[in-house]
Amino acid sequence: MLTIEKTHESPNWILKLTGEIDASNSVNVDSAIQELLKSGAENLLVDCTDLEYISSAGLGVFMSYLEEFQEKNIGMVIFGLKDKVFQVFHILGLDQLIRIKPDKSAALAS
Amino acid sequence: MKLYCDTGRLVELRDFLQGILSDTTMSEVEQHQVILAVEEVAANLIIHSHDCNPKEFIEINVSRDKKLLKIEIIDSGEKFNILEYQEPDITEVIKSKRKGGLGIILVKRIMDKIEFESFQNKNICRLYKILKSK
Repeated sequence: MLTIEKTHESPNWILKLTGEIDASNSVNVDSAIQELLKSGAENLLVDCTDLEYISSAGLGVFMSYLEEFQEKNIGMVIFGLKDKVFQVFHILGLDQLIRIKPDKSAALAS
Repeated sequence: MKLYCDTGRLVELRDFLQGILSDTTMSEVEQHQVILAVEEVAANLIIHSHDCNPKEFIEINVSRDKKLLKIEIIDSGEKFNILEYQEPDITEVIKSKRKGGLGIILVKRIMDKIEFESFQNKNICRLYKILKSK
């Protein structure tokens, strides 16, 4: 079960992911990011405070945007990862490629 | 357990494994990682070997003694030998914007030993995790 909430806190868009991301629903995360990009989002904060699980399907969604974000100068910060979820990013070295912050205030300050 | 080839049912696999792993010496982080590794293999088979046909199923068996956890993933779809699969470089995954390829890297980094066997139209992938004593 995954719920996705989008909130605009100018100049940032917050994408809050609650629940579990797997191969059945990662496409929904992709669509949500696409929608934010279409609405002109330039700063994206991904709130993972209540994210319990992410499989490679979900990680792949974030990875697939890294180059585009860099080219278009779009900022993305992931924050609030639980340790068990952070470790999955760490195993793949994604913590070196994606900006990850402990909480929202650190994400806003980055 | 029998897992029908519908990605919407992967949650059943996670619940099944969680029930078994929570009774081991593994930490929460380790349990999470083993569940992830098994799901990656299962999702791969469901999507690529069974085309998400919900009438087909794969079978997952777990056994353990004090020192070792063994998970068997058995299916009769198109053979996928995880040991022969050349996983992509992470930077290549980013450049090609492909959304796959990361799962097998995770499996190989999380599990302590992987075996693959194929005979009589049956494929068995065995994942092992060494259990630390308390």
